[in-house]
Amino acid sequence: MIFTIARREITTMFLSPLAWVILGVIQVVLGYMFLSLLDNYAILQPQLMRLENTPGVTDIVVAPLFQLTAIILLMIMPLITMRSFAEEKRNKTLSLLISSPLSMTEIVLGKFLGLLLFVLILVSLLMLMPLSLYVGTALDTGKLFSIYLSTLLLLGSFAAIGLYLSSLTDNQTIAAVSTFGALLMLWIIDWVGETIGDGQSVAAYLSILQHHQSMLEGVFNSSDLAYYLILIATFLGLTIRQLDRERLL
Amino acid sequence: MDSTALVAVENLSRYYQKNCAINELSFSLQPGEVLGFLGPNGAGKSTTMQVITGNLAPSEGRVKINGFDIIESPRQAKQQIGYLPEHPPVYREATVDEYLKYCAQLRRVERRSIAGALSQCKSHCGLNEVGHRLIANLSKGYQQRVGIAQAIIHNPPVVILDEPTVGLDPIQIREIRSLINTLGAKRSVILSTHILSEVQATCDRVLIIREGKLIYSASIEDLKNHSKDHSITVAFKHPPSIDRLKAIDQVELIEVIDNNRFRLNFKSDSPAESLVQASVEQNWGLFELVPEHTSLEDLFIELTQDKTAADNTEVEG
Repeated sequence: MIFTIARREITTMFLSPLAWVILGVIQVVLGYMFLSLLDNYAILQPQLMRLENTPGVTDIVVAPLFQLTAIILLMIMPLITMRSFAEEKRNKTLSLLISSPLSMTEIVLGKFLGLLLFVLILVSLLMLMPLSLYVGTALDTGKLFSIYLSTLLLLGSFAAIGLYLSSLTDNQTIAAVSTFGALLMLWIIDWVGETIGDGQSVAAYLSILQHHQSMLEGVFNSSDLAYYLILIATFLGLTIRQLDRERLL
Repeated sequence: MDSTALVAVENLSRYYQKNCAINELSFSLQPGEVLGFLGPNGAGKSTTMQVITGNLAPSEGRVKINGFDIIESPRQAKQQIGYLPEHPPVYREATVDEYLKYCAQLRRVERRSIAGALSQCKSHCGLNEVGHRLIANLSKGYQQRVGIAQAIIHNPPVVILDEPTVGLDPIQIREIRSLINTLGAKRSVILSTHILSEVQATCDRVLIIREGKLIYSASIEDLKNHSKDHSITVAFKHPPSIDRLKAIDQVELIEVIDNNRFRLNFKSDSPAESLVQASVEQNWGLFELVPEHTSLEDLFIELTQDKTAADNTEVEG
């Protein structure tokens, strides 16, 4: 049942031009960045040759590329998640799901899985760029996988937050703006930590891009994984609760 | 509440903050019955339907559908219902076939019987020609039919339709009504409306609610008896004197409309026959004789506007 809803979600996304435009724009922008990073690498390469333990192309090209991906998608993800519940509420189609023999959990998980499928397509397309480097050089497969997984988890968290904020309103613009604000806050929250001078503060742990950064470096830390999973579970739980609560209002 | 009822609503109350939308409502729906839900705007018709279908939680009371409580076992209860809300919940960007197939899957219709259910419900609702069209491009009437189709695709024993004919043209209204009549042959239907003739045309039993309270419940047959005519209008070319009219059997009260016309109120049996006879014998020149119906409309207005009258005529379902 979850898969039925997820499939409907992903079909609906690709029926509207929005999904195609987002995929296209991201691909063009990041493609340009990828090329400029490669260009940089070509210039740096002679100097790097002289060093011992030199960082490879994975560290110098791929990791920064996916750091940029995180920041760009922080701005784009709200546009993908905004319609999830807000549009159904506005069009009054949510009662189709609610009066069908489904639990709220199934509905929310179905919607989330739909978003996750979209994210999977998006990240897989972006991953083709670094993979194309295999033609001329060797890449660090382990790191590449870590980067892939990290980006998926990061965007999954974005999607969960967006899903929740979309369930709070019937206005897509409000859903998008509030999601953008929430994601931005999660990014900049550790700036306070830096001024306090304590790098290990709670603020630093809460910052979403910190976790992404360490996984991009190929450090697979279970606390990072836990962070993402807790974040996703929390916001999905809140969404289920919100939808249940609306029946009581 | 008897155990055979398909839908049993017991002491249902629902508050929006402090506003009471439904107040201690109880009724039941028997198998094969078409129940009309009548009331002025804002009487709580839609809220009641939303509570029955699990879209809203009741503040107090219980709703049981085919024995399943909508709060305790929502999945089984919802499996028994097909629901058309006030706005048909259709995905505009999908085609009719895609949408109905999705609905069938959501209602857990078995994979191999989906195609059969789809074609059956499409021919039932007259959607055969528009299967490949986008719902967004369909007219309001067709969208409404798609809405009804999604409510019956999983063959539920109970179909709940919230104002199914709103915004349709007269021909479409007639089509939807005949569709409801065919639905009522196999299933139980709850229908909400504020159009009275619709109730008369389609329902077996009618519930009138006002301000969330059940104020009248009767079968259509009773209603027809209730609204039996008690007055006739007559017109004569050579009007007789009032006393002579009064002398006719059964005539109670005479109201003079103009020189030629009179309204005669009578007790139980119509005096039409003796009137005609008297007219012929005494050459009054009778040229008009119209029985006046106190229609469902009058009853409705009487019940929904007059509070004291409402309290007196309260009948338990």
